[in-house]
Amino acid sequence: MTIPRLQLAHITKRYPAVVANSDVSLTVQPGESHAVLGENGAGKSTLMKIIYGSVKPDDGTVMFNGKPVRIRNPQEARALGISMVFQHFSLFDTLTVAENVWLGLDKSLSLNQVTHSITTKASEYGLDIDPARPVHTLSVGEMQRVEIIRSLLTNPQLLILDEPTSVLTPQAVEKLFVVLKKLASEGCSILYISHKLHEIRELCSACTVLRGGKVTGVCNPQEESNASLSKLMIGAEPPALEHHERAAGQVVLQVNNLNLAREDQFGVDLVDVAMQVRAGEVVGIAGVSGNGQKELLYALSGEDCRADATMIQVFGQDAARMGPDHRRKLGVHFVPEERLGRGAVPTMGLAHNLMLTRTDAIGASGWIHTKALEAQAKAIIARFHVKAGGPNAAAKSLSGGNLQKYIVGREIDADPKLLIVSQPTWGVDVGAAAQIRGEILALRDAGCAVLVVSEELDELFEICDRLHVIAKGQLSPSIDRAKATVSLIGEWMSGLWNAEVQNHLAQEADNVQA
Amino acid sequence: MFKLEARPQPSKFWSMGSPLLALAITVVIGMVLFAALGKDPAKGLAIFFWEPIKTPYALGELMVKATPLLVIALGLAVCFRSNVWNIGAEGQFVIGAVFAGGVALLADKTTDGWIVIAILLAGIFGGMVWAGLTALLRDKFNANEILVSLMLVYVADMVLSYLVYGPWKDPAGYNFPQSKTFEAITQIPRLMQGSRVSIGLLIALLGALGLWVFLFRTRAGFAQQVGGLAPAAARYAGFSSRRALWTALLVSGGAAGLAGALEVAGPIGQLTPYVPAGYGFAAIIVAFVGRLHPVGMVFSAVLMSMFYIGGELAQSRLGLPKSLTGVFQGLLLFTLLACDTLIAYRLRFTSPLAVKGAP
Repeated sequence: MTIPRLQLAHITKRYPAVVANSDVSLTVQPGESHAVLGENGAGKSTLMKIIYGSVKPDDGTVMFNGKPVRIRNPQEARALGISMVFQHFSLFDTLTVAENVWLGLDKSLSLNQVTHSITTKASEYGLDIDPARPVHTLSVGEMQRVEIIRSLLTNPQLLILDEPTSVLTPQAVEKLFVVLKKLASEGCSILYISHKLHEIRELCSACTVLRGGKVTGVCNPQEESNASLSKLMIGAEPPALEHHERAAGQVVLQVNNLNLAREDQFGVDLVDVAMQVRAGEVVGIAGVSGNGQKELLYALSGEDCRADATMIQVFGQDAARMGPDHRRKLGVHFVPEERLGRGAVPTMGLAHNLMLTRTDAIGASGWIHTKALEAQAKAIIARFHVKAGGPNAAAKSLSGGNLQKYIVGREIDADPKLLIVSQPTWGVDVGAAAQIRGEILALRDAGCAVLVVSEELDELFEICDRLHVIAKGQLSPSIDRAKATVSLIGEWMSGLWNAEVQNHLAQEADNVQA
Repeated sequence: MFKLEARPQPSKFWSMGSPLLALAITVVIGMVLFAALGKDPAKGLAIFFWEPIKTPYALGELMVKATPLLVIALGLAVCFRSNVWNIGAEGQFVIGAVFAGGVALLADKTTDGWIVIAILLAGIFGGMVWAGLTALLRDKFNANEILVSLMLVYVADMVLSYLVYGPWKDPAGYNFPQSKTFEAITQIPRLMQGSRVSIGLLIALLGALGLWVFLFRTRAGFAQQVGGLAPAAARYAGFSSRRALWTALLVSGGAAGLAGALEVAGPIGQLTPYVPAGYGFAAIIVAFVGRLHPVGMVFSAVLMSMFYIGGELAQSRLGLPKSLTGVFQGLLLFTLLACDTLIAYRLRFTSPLAVKGAP
């Protein structure tokens, strides 16, 4: 009998407000890809941090390669051969990619050597990154690449990945899976945390399901169906979305060859971006993060008003020079990707956070009607089923999903004519995600124009009528969802929507075969 | 053994309790200090905390000193809440005093009492001009407002010195560096006979009320604070960061200038090189001890005023150096910063046994 690579027994971890893990046991064999499945808040991240030594359990034992170990900190974990790619990045903003990686390694290597090995690993796994760039200029997706490379450089025996694919193209996910399968075949065990069922079923041969901090099932995901896994994970299946056919109405948003130079030096220039969003349709923009989504959204929301006035038109009015509040008066509402700090002020109450985009409770002279404000917040909390301590609960006291429901609710409640949503369900649990998507569709059915920017293809295919792809600051033509396929969109994500390029590639493929 | 444990929510109790605990610790350290200096701690304490409130006259003096502190702190609170770090209120105070003094010097025997209004407005304008320099440099050249405002304090002192050593020197003043004594008509009206408390106190209290309304009941005040708490959220909402910068500096400059006017046309009565008394710096402590909250700052201004008077009394009665005031101010600020840890964290005592069992 082989000695398990990792064995957790009866792990319990209590926090002041919540029991994150309760009597959790888990066994990972050498060379096994083991999935940990659960919703956000089920205790997956805490459990991984315990294995990685950054959190100490209140109870329970950890065995590594058959020996009981007490992992006091991540350095000890790395010394044992445990490496982790966190969901929330632990990178220093002011340092470069290479310096960040260097900090996490033992100090025998010089910075130059590390830079070199980053480049090597990066090209080996197709994780394109410039080691000299400061981390604060990277997009979310790029930061995750840094984390993945950093872990691979330690040649781990056990690699923990916390939701690693959320920012990758389908092709890149395939590539990553090839890497992970290769690592596993070389004897490295993999703990793969995800809520994406098809990924787990493709990659993993064992699965531990967590719900509310407890183990609710251990199974082989390849023998299970999505439905049965989902039932273990959330206790019930999320209701399927209804997508009614609906003829799109008048053009609400018209973007005319939007050209915009980058604002900071590591940003992306927008080149000839052109699109239309009409009333009663959901248009999606797919793409790997860091390809101009951020810049496009800043230009559309009014946070960046440098474009020529005619480049963005709302109901035929030149809007590119208008500030965010002016655009809101035209009915343009925007849900940003960052919930805390941009979509909401973390330390302020939910009611006060309404006033970022809403002026309903503000009198003519700028006087705040506190009662009306609280009533409005209460109404949104009730309508969108937000779990919160009341209208004055601080925004940061809410879980990611609930705060997202509140922010989306705040904008939908304004009866927008055009709603722009960035990453509607990033880090949001399955139930809340289904609800938010449902609300977006309801808004579309009510005749609102909706633009969704997301890195989750499943999501876009679920809610959009038409899809664009953004790559290197350029926007593809739109394609009806019915005609789009995952592989096509994936190709477009690399910028290959141009017919000539496609033909050229096809010819080359033919030549190779011939 | 004990350890700090993060609270799920910041504690309401300790956000109020922390200044009180800080005060208590300051008092204890103060007593130890008195004892170490060979003085009776009880007597030392009495001088700091009882003498300033013993008689109506003493109370009045307490208010005289608390008024400029409160006025300046109210303005600074707007700045600090919007993440604009104006450290140069002292300079704005001085220039406010200079402008106000300039108007007061225009008065002669025939001048009407309305000149007081002009004096106060001139003070406000002077403070705004001085703070506006900082705002301009930050806005146009992105110059750090902490450095600029602080450096301008010393420029302001030089301006004052130039005037009282030069053009504005009293010809009948035996060559002392001071201006003429202002006409009596320029005196800020006093609230009652036998006390030096002026309508400045009322202005300060109205200012506190006004600040409360601005911060918590107007959209402009909300926008101002969002810019400080979450700049990205302010940009998302469409609140202008330039406007917030200018508002913050002009309001706090105006307030500091007003305090300068109240001082020169009140207790001082002429321009001298001793107009800068450190109120502009002490008000920073007042603002933070008062939690940047209008009501809290009323109390902390009184407390800080006690330290001023206590320091002077300690000098005359106990023969201790006047710098004791600064020691107490510093102690209070440090203990407050330490005690504030309790707002976000709780202390948990762990028995030595459990520590041994832990890895």
